[in-house]
Amino acid sequence: MAAVATPAAMGRKSFLRRNAVWWVALVLVMLLPQVAHSGTSIAVLNQMCIMVIFSLSYNMLLGQGGMLSFGHAVYFGLGGYFAMHLIQLANATHFFMPLPLTPLAGGLAGLVFGLIFGSFSTSRAGTVFAMISLGIGEMIASSSLIFTKFSGGEEGLTADRTDLTPFFGVNFGRDYQVYYLIAAWMILSAWLMYRFSRTPLGRMANAVRDNPERAEFVGYSQKRVRLLSFMAAGFFAGIAGGLFALNYEIVTDETVNLTTSGVVLLQAYIGGVGFFAGPIVGAVVYTLLQTLLSNYTEIWAFYVGLIFVATVMYAPTGLTGIIMMHQPIWRAGRLRSLALPYLQVGAPALACAIGVIGLLELLHFVSVRAVGQSTKHLFWMSINAGRPTAWIVFSVLAVGGFLLARRLAPKLVAAWEAASADIHAGGRR
Amino acid sequence: MLELTVFSLLNGLVYGLLLFMLSAGLTLIFSMMGVLNFAHASLYMLGAYFAYSISTKVGFWPGLVVAPVLVGVVGALIERYGLRNVHRYGHVAELIFTFGIAFLIEETVQLIWGKQTMDYHGPKILDFPLFELWGIEFPAYKAFMLAISIGIFIALLVVLTRTRIGLIIQAAISHPNQVAMLGHNVPLVFTGVFGFGSALAGLAGVIAGPELGTSPGMAAVLGSIVFVVIVVGGLGSLWGAFLASLLIGMIQTFAVAIDYSLNDLFAAIGIPPDKTGALSDLYSATVAQIGPILPYLLMVVILIFRPTGLLGKREV
Amino acid sequence: MISRRKFTQLAAALAAGLVAFPTLAADPVRVAFIDPLSGPFASIGTYGLHQFQYTAEQINKAGGVLGGRKLEVIGYDNKVSPKESLIQLKRVIGDGIQFIVQGNSSGVAHALIDAVTKQDERNPDHRVLYLNYSAVDPALTNEDCSFWHFRFDANSDMKMNALTDVIAKNKKMKRIYIIGQDYSFGKAVAAAAVKFLGEKRPDIKIVGNELHPIGKVKDFSPYIAKIKAAGAQAVITGNWGADMLNLAKAAQDAGLDIPFYTYYAAGNGITKALGAGLNGKVFLVSEGTMNPPLTKAWANEMKGFKAKYPGEDWSQPRVSNTLRMLALAINKAGSTDPAKVAAALEGMHYTTLWGDKVMMRASDHQLQMPVRIQVQTDKHIEFDFDNSGLGLLNESTVSAKNASTPTTCKMKRP
Repeated sequence: MAAVATPAAMGRKSFLRRNAVWWVALVLVMLLPQVAHSGTSIAVLNQMCIMVIFSLSYNMLLGQGGMLSFGHAVYFGLGGYFAMHLIQLANATHFFMPLPLTPLAGGLAGLVFGLIFGSFSTSRAGTVFAMISLGIGEMIASSSLIFTKFSGGEEGLTADRTDLTPFFGVNFGRDYQVYYLIAAWMILSAWLMYRFSRTPLGRMANAVRDNPERAEFVGYSQKRVRLLSFMAAGFFAGIAGGLFALNYEIVTDETVNLTTSGVVLLQAYIGGVGFFAGPIVGAVVYTLLQTLLSNYTEIWAFYVGLIFVATVMYAPTGLTGIIMMHQPIWRAGRLRSLALPYLQVGAPALACAIGVIGLLELLHFVSVRAVGQSTKHLFWMSINAGRPTAWIVFSVLAVGGFLLARRLAPKLVAAWEAASADIHAGGRR
Repeated sequence: MLELTVFSLLNGLVYGLLLFMLSAGLTLIFSMMGVLNFAHASLYMLGAYFAYSISTKVGFWPGLVVAPVLVGVVGALIERYGLRNVHRYGHVAELIFTFGIAFLIEETVQLIWGKQTMDYHGPKILDFPLFELWGIEFPAYKAFMLAISIGIFIALLVVLTRTRIGLIIQAAISHPNQVAMLGHNVPLVFTGVFGFGSALAGLAGVIAGPELGTSPGMAAVLGSIVFVVIVVGGLGSLWGAFLASLLIGMIQTFAVAIDYSLNDLFAAIGIPPDKTGALSDLYSATVAQIGPILPYLLMVVILIFRPTGLLGKREV
Repeated sequence: MISRRKFTQLAAALAAGLVAFPTLAADPVRVAFIDPLSGPFASIGTYGLHQFQYTAEQINKAGGVLGGRKLEVIGYDNKVSPKESLIQLKRVIGDGIQFIVQGNSSGVAHALIDAVTKQDERNPDHRVLYLNYSAVDPALTNEDCSFWHFRFDANSDMKMNALTDVIAKNKKMKRIYIIGQDYSFGKAVAAAAVKFLGEKRPDIKIVGNELHPIGKVKDFSPYIAKIKAAGAQAVITGNWGADMLNLAKAAQDAGLDIPFYTYYAAGNGITKALGAGLNGKVFLVSEGTMNPPLTKAWANEMKGFKAKYPGEDWSQPRVSNTLRMLALAINKAGSTDPAKVAAALEGMHYTTLWGDKVMMRASDHQLQMPVRIQVQTDKHIEFDFDNSGLGLLNESTVSAKNASTPTTCKMKRP
């Protein structure tokens, strides 16, 4: 981030100034409800913030530790269950339990189970680790339906968060009150996870990811480093789970299942696992796609899948990676030179996307429609799917847009190379 | 008791051999290319759906032949244009890629065929009871499934051990570089094996679709179990996959039949059963209820204590 | 650097999203249908939605509600998941809808009744009324009752009471196997069966009492083998949807030739799977009627539905009651305010399209209604299931008074 500073110089800057970005983020996040205050927006924001914490905790494993886990939802769900039990206990016995602290119960559960399951699963990374995580994930998911006393069985656990001890008079009955709590936890957790990645342990986790044998030669046990990362990741996943329990006031076996584990993988990867902010971007984008896109199309999950596969194949650094690619050019002030080439390639690419989307939607429509329906509402128009006009138009857009974009792509590449060359040739830095 | 055992044996055999058809392709692919194909069960689902569509237009038997071929082509394309590009990013990236493909295939199926369960049923001429024991009938269709599965196993064994291409494949599993140096087109072999493994999965889908239901969730049901099978059986070992499939198939089928729980065990020894304590769920859970967990428990245990699996020679 | 970019992105995305939100017309009275439209129970949810939408059409043809406003039923897919249902509920509230109907899975019903009660207590300006048309766990109108919840189907105790009356009459019945889905409803059915059989025929031995995971078992042949091995003479099950279908298929495959006493063993492909082989052997407890239709109005309703949806059957007559009673209550209250509509529904007397006289009991919001036992057969069938020629024929009727069960509900009123 900032230029390297000597420890002495760092000490002179106050805590406030060193973490300026985080304070700004906190203020922005707290002001957000003024902009987006409808009930649905708050609900979306709550879900987004919980997912941000969850994805960041997942990236401690994948991006920073090189451990691909298919069962991270275990710690998220178990955190949720334990937090829910704590709330139920506090409601039943009325002991002093301020609501804002309940996610800690989830975090603790995540930490403990991270220790238990990590003790044997972190011996190896790579495919073995992934398989063990899958096995544990499925085991816990199935067990939750058997241990109904703990998990509430098929119906899950519910509790009333307003029955807890009020926090300075606030009983968290309204969704936006919960938002402030979740947002505060999100900033705190993100900051803590960021600081963790800067500690020697965090750095060694990166080293173990890149070259485990060499890390051992430096004197660190790769298993222990992985285990500690694993426990920390479990802790924060548990916090996210606890916040989930507070927000929805229900925890079911779905919170631990493979689908949830898959979603967090999707989010982290689409956002970009190589950057700290990657999972944040991924969580935001995925939540928006899930909540907004599903209003307009039934096949929104297909688009998400397409984006994910495209990311894996062509942009493994994720969305954040693509954005960060532009950073040196922006720094050098040469970003404007890319504007026109982007437009030239972007417009036909957009046309191609519209064409493809149109074809997919029409295909879906004719495959699953009821008898007698033939008009489909798409792009704010009513389209008659029975007649070939719409099909032809979309096909032309798709193919034509693709070909045109391909023809104009070399211009973008040339402009890019010109801008990069300029930097390296000693331009402004 | 006897009739329960016999029929559980038969049903377990049918289910186990189905698992084998699915895992045979997967273990071949894994041991050849080191990539765990998360999308394998999705290809199984594609096979069932293709066969369903073909069966509504032409009939069941054409679907039996055409659908696996189609799925094999899809698999080969995935390998050639997808996996090969991702290969340079490492095993983890490959795993993530196949996971993404699995997700995409599931969504594609819902896009084209919708979210309901499809009315895919077997051919009319197999719709009769083959034999009857103690009043329970064994449907001919299940026997048909058995026949196909056993036939595939024998064919695989013959191809891999007796034919030239089989020997090349076996060599490429353990010594890919040397095989390449001998002049064989190893990438083509890889694509071929991937396509063939996918076709096997598709075939499993064609015959299992009528029995286990054809719906978008069918891949998720069997997907994880198949991984358990190949891990338990060991990699590179077809016999291991065979043994493990039967083992897991039997475990799951027999578990359903057993209604005993830890509490019953306690009662037999003389300890009073715990019905209300915090762990009472654990004690009162019958074997039938914990049936779904057993395969995963087995997999985790094997991965910890015997990572090569039962009969494998290579580690995961 | 990074965080600033992140939040600009976030703000821009949110702003775009908010602007794009569809504006909502104030004119139709909208009802949200929260049930599975995907997953293993998709067909039962979709068919139910069609039945609701058809009823709404008929109500609108007759003049709608509140002097001309149309009723509109909109589907929200909950995938039979309690958590997903709560998310859909938030969407529904955000879309300004004041009435929800749900019925598939008492597990979901428990989550919804909890969430709706909390919502209505905490946000008096954004209240929702929950009309439960099919979730029959008795707890929903007993210990878990709520002012904002109304049930339009006979609860599972009422149904088991009627079903066991029929079983008890069969003096040759000595060994019965109970099998069900492992959740609140399945457990309630098993408990009620054991209780009522114990009261009416203590000589009957329950040779098996089994719960299986809901929506996950595809191959029921191991269970059929167990039923056979136990020497059962009849099976009692509350299974519905895909679970009932797969159980029926496995029974058919294995040639299991004993009576099935069920709650939901008809329609949605189940009747076709059971086939003529089980003629006279499958019993179903239902709130409505199909053969004979009992009134011309109901016969016409079913015929019109079949014409519009040729592949479906009116398997849930209670849907008609739910929506029509809601329309009546809205008209009676003169507004769509959930509190006023709830007050209008309480104690309402209504005559169903097929002539039954029903009443919404105010103490627990459980509709009091007669219950019928029907048997699957191909004789005297005018309205069949799955175009198979087989349908349900009324065998006996239990009056509303005899079907009624007492309640322990202590309702908190606003």
